[in-house]
Amino acid sequence: MARQNWVLIAVIVLVGLIPASGSRFYVFLATDILIFGLFAVSLNLLLGYTGLVSFGQAAFFGIGAYTCALLKKKAGITFALAFPAAGLLGAAAALIIGMFCVRLTKIYFAMLTLAFSQIIWAIAFKWNSLTGGDNGIIGINFPQYLDSKTRYFYFTLTIVTLSLFILRKIVNSPFGRILTTIRENPERTEFIGINVKLYQLLAFIIAGFFSAVAGAIFGVFNHSVFPDILFWSASAEVLIMTLLGGMYSFFGPVVGAAVLLYLRMQVASYTEYWPLILGTMLALLLFFFPGGIVGFIQARTPKTANSK
Amino acid sequence: MILQVENVQKSFDGFIAVKDVSFSVAKGELCSIIGPNGAGKTTIFNLITGHLPLDKGRVIFNGIDITRRPAHKICRLGLGRSFQRINIFPKLTVFENVQAAVLTHRGQSLNFFTSVQSLFRRETEELLAMVGLQDQRQAVSGSLSYGFQKQLELGIALACEPAMLLLDEPTAGMSARETNATIELIASIARDRDLTLLFTEHDMAVVFSIAERILVLHQGQLIAGGSPDEVRANPVVQDIYFGKARCS
Repeated sequence: MARQNWVLIAVIVLVGLIPASGSRFYVFLATDILIFGLFAVSLNLLLGYTGLVSFGQAAFFGIGAYTCALLKKKAGITFALAFPAAGLLGAAAALIIGMFCVRLTKIYFAMLTLAFSQIIWAIAFKWNSLTGGDNGIIGINFPQYLDSKTRYFYFTLTIVTLSLFILRKIVNSPFGRILTTIRENPERTEFIGINVKLYQLLAFIIAGFFSAVAGAIFGVFNHSVFPDILFWSASAEVLIMTLLGGMYSFFGPVVGAAVLLYLRMQVASYTEYWPLILGTMLALLLFFFPGGIVGFIQARTPKTANSK
Repeated sequence: MILQVENVQKSFDGFIAVKDVSFSVAKGELCSIIGPNGAGKTTIFNLITGHLPLDKGRVIFNGIDITRRPAHKICRLGLGRSFQRINIFPKLTVFENVQAAVLTHRGQSLNFFTSVQSLFRRETEELLAMVGLQDQRQAVSGSLSYGFQKQLELGIALACEPAMLLLDEPTAGMSARETNATIELIASIARDRDLTLLFTEHDMAVVFSIAERILVLHQGQLIAGGSPDEVRANPVVQDIYFGKARCS
């Protein structure tokens, strides 16, 4: 445990040194990876830990992005308030949507999350007077105190580190252990005295909160929000990141986000057939590395006493 | 009476699986339900523990009407159960399986920020020792032998410190030797902890050796009940359960 914490601190310091390279490209890419890393880890609280396949997680990412952008632009509320409000609204939306979804299991749960996310997408797409419809919301400025790509990168690094710290605490807590027993066997979990639906709902709310936080950072980072971030393909992409990195490891989804975003950026400069390459990657992954990248590496390294 | 089952009825698509069944179990009693396959034994367990909603009747546990309570609340009232099929958390270790039940019983399942790793280690290891799994505690439970998994099943049920335990075929699929060892284990735990037991069992030798009272279920109805000697001597039971041949 202690050794793993030192490794993490070293990684955070190294990531923090990226702006020192002077490369705007890497600062941009690193911010993107941090945002999607947090998004993917929040999804994985459901997928890898609780055994719930959310196929509509982009709804909460999008709600976070839209809330923060609209509060800033339309209501003139400062970023310092709009940002936490985005997380809270994401959690509130997850509470309402989750109450319906946890009543169902397996594929029906997944389909219902998809249905709700498409409803949210349709609202954002059609409600022109509020969301700007297809034209989105543009001209969302950085707050003054974060007014450079580098400063915003450090802000992102701080929030993502803090969020991952909290999420890691949660998955290693008694509550987190109960989530894994629900993943393994919801029926038996009920018979040790757990209200399974309530715990699934709590996990859904926590995931919704952190997805919305990631979305809020993302909208301001891009200075704009468009309805595509709510579309089902965005939910699929974060699912792929999670599977690619490894759903049975806490940091796997971050690795998946890094690999996918880096590859996409590289591939885009050579060919327009990114979806073809992504599809091939996914097929190979599912057949040969079902544990994802991190699962693959873990299976080939000797186990340390407390590896988790 | 710790458990009172009153006029309980359940049908599936018109087929009456349990028909107007009433019985009660006294505190500290070792009681067994026997009956041919399909007699409705597991259904009765599922009705008592809130796993299935019942059509008619009432179930009273420790003076509390638990008829329509959800399974997790019934468990918290002190009515535990084990399952006929293996029902554990296969990817977790043996220790983690039992620990999850212990921490739930101790009211820690909504604790978000304490490290779970060594929480209730002593309590969990005591339970593992009690069911004979102390040497397997770091093993992934899904990879254990069938007998060990049955023992683990018992350990999870005991971790909730039930006042009464419903065991559905605790020795199903075991060899004769494993069966005897398991039954001895269960009986000794029940005595030590002053546990009330209601169990179903296919092995008649086992039932007649440890049960203090036997209930006989046939086609969803209770047809007899009493001490092992009374049940053995009952001509109706001999006829439909043991076949025409007299049982010695």
